[in-house]
Order: sequence, then structure tokens, then C-alpha cells
Amino acid sequence: MPDISELVIGDVVAEKNFNLDRDSLVRYAGASGDFNPIHYRDDVAVSVGLPGVLAHGMLTMGLSIDPVVSWLGDSGKILEYGVRFTKPVVVPAKGRAVITVVARIAELDQETKKARIDLQTSFDGNNVLGKSQVWVQL
Amino acid sequence: MVNPNIQGKRYPRSATYLVGREKIREFARATFATEESIDLVAAEAAGHRDLVAPPTFPIVLQEFGLKLVIADPEAGLDFSRVVHGEQKFVFKRPIVAGDLLTSELSVASVKSLGGNHMVVFDTEIFDESNSLVCTAISTLVVRGEDA
Repeated sequence: MPDISELVIGDVVAEKNFNLDRDSLVRYAGASGDFNPIHYRDDVAVSVGLPGVLAHGMLTMGLSIDPVVSWLGDSGKILEYGVRFTKPVVVPAKGRAVITVVARIAELDQETKKARIDLQTSFDGNNVLGKSQVWVQL
Repeated sequence: MVNPNIQGKRYPRSATYLVGREKIREFARATFATEESIDLVAAEAAGHRDLVAPPTFPIVLQEFGLKLVIADPEAGLDFSRVVHGEQKFVFKRPIVAGDLLTSELSVASVKSLGGNHMVVFDTEIFDESNSLVCTAISTLVVRGEDA
């Protein structure tokens, strides 16, 4: 467990790349129960005007917090986690989409030992989540 | 579009959902969690009764409520026009394998914004003793007919 007194606002506490391919989307569909075909069928995605098959927003949100959970060593320390979905992640039929997550300390409350961590999740040079904030108990 | 009169509407409580240890592992792996985060010995060493669910796991329970909204003719929610705008989870305590949960969705607000509708749903998740475990807050953007 990180020691809050040693943390400084702006510190990068975790950084990780994730490779998403179509298998990842099918696996998430099964695990979550979200079988919207825009997440695995090119013809359906195109027919509703999308640029291609998209990753589930909730998959992007779910993987983005993994580096913070690893840093904490206990996902039970997560008090609150919220995001805004700003850009879609297009996942090609062949190959992969690489998502980069950077987690930084944004706010520290030494008294209650709570910290806010802001996540920057990017794909293809763009941030795909906005206002991506995690409150943790340290 | 969406019927603005559903603001404030509460949908019936879901059936009981038993959080399974292997379901937690399946969901965790699907969201690229590390094996350490789904290690039983580590969870117990951290003081938990069993494995802790990943932070976005309550989405599974939120879905039960959303299905009721989609099936509700009064709501008029056309799911093919829906885009997920925002999502938040607020925990009173972590969800742990073995929990018997129920969820209840209510419509917090319906707003019009530039031809689109923004609908905010609150899903409260309770444990067996009816204590609040987590609130999932979801904002859906429903695109207008000409958007």
C-alpha cells in the first residue's frame, strides 16, 4: 500500500499499454453481457454510421483502472471511479488497437488519507476518456 | 426520443444476484486485470472475505435495470440511438464474492441538449441486509431523429 505522506500532486503512479483486438471485445461481451453487435460485427457497425467496430466504452473504462489497482495492491481501496466517454476506440479486424493509460496524483487529503488519481487514457494520440477520476483510500 | 415524464421514475428491484468468485475472475480477465488482483490468498491477506470484484463490475447489475427501461413503453428509449456518455461508481464498500445483491434503478434526470436527450440513471445496489453497497450513475445520450 502506497504511503500518502510520500506522494506529491502530479506524480505518475502507474503507466501501462493495453493491446485490444477483436478477441478482447468478444471476451468482454461475454463477461459483461453486453452483446451489442457494433462491438464485433463490421457490417452492423458500418450500417449505423460508425467508423468501424468499436471497443465497449465500459471495456476502456475497466482496463483504465487496472494500473491503479495494481499500484494499490487491493481493489477494495477504490471509493469512487467516474469517466466521460469522449472518443471511440476503433478495433480493426486484423491487428490491434493500442491504448495507453497514465495515472497521476491530482488531489491528496492527508487527514482522511484519501487521494484523487486522474487517468489519461489515449488511443491513436487522442484522449478517449475525459474527467477520468478515481478516489482511493490509502 | 425519451419521455421527459419518466424523470423520477423508479423501476422494480432486480432479482437476487449471487456474486461468484469465478465470475469475478472472468470479468477481471476480460478487463485486463492482473492475476494478482484475483488471487484469493492476496484478497484474504488484505482483509477481505473473498475476492473483490473489479471496480467496474457493478455495470453487470446496472444492465438489469436498463433492460427494464428499454422494455418500458412509457420511457420510449430507442436503444439504437443511445451513446454511453458518462459512467460513475460510488462504493460504500467493495463487492466481494459471495455477496447476494439486488439493484434498483431510478431515472435521476432527463434533459434536452441541442436536439439530443441526456438521461441520467442511478442504480443503487444493496446487499443481503439491504445496506447500500454501491451506486452506479450512468448518463446516456439519446441522439435526436436528425442527429
